[in-house]
Amino acid sequence: MIFGKHARAASRSLLALGMGLALFAAPQAATAANPAAASAALAEQAQVDDAAVAAEAQASEASAPAAPIDRMKPTEGKGMPVAKGLGLQDQYSKLGGYGAWIHDAVLMPIITVISLFVLFLLIWVVARYNRRANPVASKTSHNTLIEVIWILVPVLILAGIAVPSIDLLAKQFKPAGADALTVKVTGNQWNWSYTYPDNGEFELVSNMLNLPNYPTINNGVRVVKTDPSDGPAQLEVDNRLVLPVGEPIRMQITASDVIHSFAVPSLWFKLDAVPGRINEKTLQIDEPGVYYGQCSELCGPKHGYMPIAIEALPRDEYNAWVLKQAGGVIDGQDEAGQAADDAAGAEADAPAEGEAAQTESQANDA
Amino acid sequence: MATTAPPESIPAHSDDHAHDDHDHKPAFFARWFMSTNHKDIGTLYLIFAIFAGLIGGAFSGMMRVELAEPGIQYLDTFARWFGAVDPDFNATLHTWNVLITAHGLIMVFFMVMPAIIGGFGNWFVPLMIGAPDMAFPRMNNISFWMTVAGFCSLLISAFVPGGLGIGSGVGWTVYAPLSTYGSQGPSTDFAIFALHLAGAASIMGAINFITTILNMRAPGMTIHKMPLFVWSVLVTAFLLLLALPVLAAAITMLITDRNFGTTFFDPAGGGDPVLYQHLFWFFGHPEVYIMILPGFGIISHIVATFSKKPVFGYLGMAYAMVAIGVVGFIVWAHHMYTTGMSVNTKMYFTAATMVIAVPTGIKIFSWVATMWGGSLEFKSPMVWAMGFIFLFTVGGVTGVVLANGGVDDVLHDTYYVVAHFHYVLSLGAVTALFAGFYYWFPKMSGRMHSEFLSHLHFWVFFVGVNTIFFPQHFLGLQGMPRRYPDYAEAYAYWNEISTIGYMIMAASLVIWFANIIYAFTAGKKAEDNYWGEGATTLEWTLSSPPPFHQFETLPVIDEKAVH
Repeated sequence: MIFGKHARAASRSLLALGMGLALFAAPQAATAANPAAASAALAEQAQVDDAAVAAEAQASEASAPAAPIDRMKPTEGKGMPVAKGLGLQDQYSKLGGYGAWIHDAVLMPIITVISLFVLFLLIWVVARYNRRANPVASKTSHNTLIEVIWILVPVLILAGIAVPSIDLLAKQFKPAGADALTVKVTGNQWNWSYTYPDNGEFELVSNMLNLPNYPTINNGVRVVKTDPSDGPAQLEVDNRLVLPVGEPIRMQITASDVIHSFAVPSLWFKLDAVPGRINEKTLQIDEPGVYYGQCSELCGPKHGYMPIAIEALPRDEYNAWVLKQAGGVIDGQDEAGQAADDAAGAEADAPAEGEAAQTESQANDA
Repeated sequence: MATTAPPESIPAHSDDHAHDDHDHKPAFFARWFMSTNHKDIGTLYLIFAIFAGLIGGAFSGMMRVELAEPGIQYLDTFARWFGAVDPDFNATLHTWNVLITAHGLIMVFFMVMPAIIGGFGNWFVPLMIGAPDMAFPRMNNISFWMTVAGFCSLLISAFVPGGLGIGSGVGWTVYAPLSTYGSQGPSTDFAIFALHLAGAASIMGAINFITTILNMRAPGMTIHKMPLFVWSVLVTAFLLLLALPVLAAAITMLITDRNFGTTFFDPAGGGDPVLYQHLFWFFGHPEVYIMILPGFGIISHIVATFSKKPVFGYLGMAYAMVAIGVVGFIVWAHHMYTTGMSVNTKMYFTAATMVIAVPTGIKIFSWVATMWGGSLEFKSPMVWAMGFIFLFTVGGVTGVVLANGGVDDVLHDTYYVVAHFHYVLSLGAVTALFAGFYYWFPKMSGRMHSEFLSHLHFWVFFVGVNTIFFPQHFLGLQGMPRRYPDYAEAYAYWNEISTIGYMIMAASLVIWFANIIYAFTAGKKAEDNYWGEGATTLEWTLSSPPPFHQFETLPVIDEKAVH
């Protein structure tokens, strides 16, 4: 409805602006931080004395501005919530636009009209059939025609909704293809780790940046807004998940302890990270940018402090980024045979994750 | 007659008044602690539900003040209230999860269910079908006291260690493995035991209602002449009877996973966390209809009474509830769209879930059709009932949005879902409860409430709850996840408004209590049928309050009566 239209109009103008900014910033985007340091930070993450934590935070705060981090600066309002926002976040994935269209152009108008129709009927009976206007009540208690109508009309409306809705589901479950890049996401209490099996199996651990005037949430991690590339507090992380744009990516999602959920609203993506299972879903990002999300399944005290930040880069810049990672290799992403081998390797890895592991698309392909 | 056979078919019950002299009420302790009287047990349930609702409501107030602005402001204080000594940051944040868990469990199991089934169901099912009492009066009593015991267990759980802080922070859904190896300490065991007790109590209540309704209707009251409230409780009782054993099985497996080394839900031992979710929601989805169906029954009576018209499409209304009950059992996995289900499963649950909108639509339109052509009188219960119809519609249509598996990918576990289920429960079921309260309070107490205060209560409540929950749709669409004590700056505006709404809603409760005090101190004595010609079910043939034992001579319903 109205909110959706405004959001879409705004999104178009922002889109152009965002594209420009992204292209401008892209060449500078590269490595975030080295994974060894990050895993060391993770090891330390167990409970630490408050005083030590505070000191550490101050130390990292003090040292951070010295070396600006070479990564993309997010565009205000893109891939993140906006203040006083009324509608969906603008969408930047292949299917997000379609999903948002179903919500804004199909569902919202229908439910608004139905709600207003019921409200109108209530106001009408209040005005027309109150005791003064209509002192003698009728005794009508049956009307087969109208009862058939109010069964059939909702059935037709629901059937109308079901058509695009089922279509969206079918599209969402289209497998990424054998040569698609595979990225493995693991939810942990309380951070995300990202593995790139097609690029040398290197791993990044992604912690939320600490918040000013808070107790330290992640030890050894700097405070947010101490670098020009930092996005909103509570959403920005030390190591972003870097992905290429414009191609389907096979996202494999699991968890190491309890259930988490990997959710990025502006990419129309949410899939639970379940221990002992690998859930799989295709993600295709339309344009470069930084897209923020948050864990969306209750996972313990710091559930609110394990955000997701995806940095989407053009393919060549993604390759350059991979090569800067310790252990990062680019081997024949453009050679079909090699890529298929990689994909097979990734699938063979899957059952090793746990006895009950199960890739969804395998079941669906059958 | 409004919701059952025509009024002329029901004889006056002057003989009941004659028996008033023989009302031998037991002494205080025996009457209230060993009660076998359905009306006294109903009263106990209502008092208990109000008490539990105040505690659950206070928890939601603690959550709303914390959410009034970004950052962690009060949780440390709250952690100390629950007995934490110098809580670290994890223990402080854990308190948030304790609040959401306790709020959800209390409101579902110890407020709405006891009030709407235990309270109004116990009070009015026997009266409406012309029965002297429930079929199993002693089972009725133990089911009440087991509910109380369950509530005590839940309260204990908030004050003993669980995981990284005091209390059980697993959410009302108690998902494994956060609730198994994710929460050490006795707290979660107490919470699970609370569910066991409340569940067993409800199963006994369900057996009691089914037996009573099927066997103890007055002569001539066929199943198709039963008042709609009795229909709604009958359907609800079957839902309880079929759904609660599944919950009991699921949480028993949680208990053994936690304490006895089984691995039903632990992948390390071949178990599956998602299995727990299937079991929980196989119970959990019927549960939401358990909470709303009796409300549908109450609203049907009120709308018919104050329209001075029989309810429109009686059979359609009754079987719409049956349909909602049946379909309610085959849509559970729409709570699990993001767990990694296959495409066919998601398509099936999307389609099946949307089907529920059809019988629900029948109910909404039949209520409007009942009012159409009526002679409407806007007494307090009617105002609440009309509020219910509108608010339930708003909550229902957002359910149609969420039913779409592909769209749910962006809305699942956000505040949109919180807004949706509070519109159908907090604004739906609770509004129906208040409607029923004002409809029947004088019948139960013998004293009239103040119409002015009741209307004032409605309007303040209506503004308050809409201010709380409508902005939460916006937060959800913008992506704010639920169960978060803290949020990004962008979400601050609507959260602050939502918290203001809570204050308004809380003020409306003060008006409600003032009204109750008014009724007991200055309220007029209630007549037998204080709502007049529109109120036609059997409870209106009795005195207000009804005699301790009613219908010693059974009323007879005219066999030839038609709607």
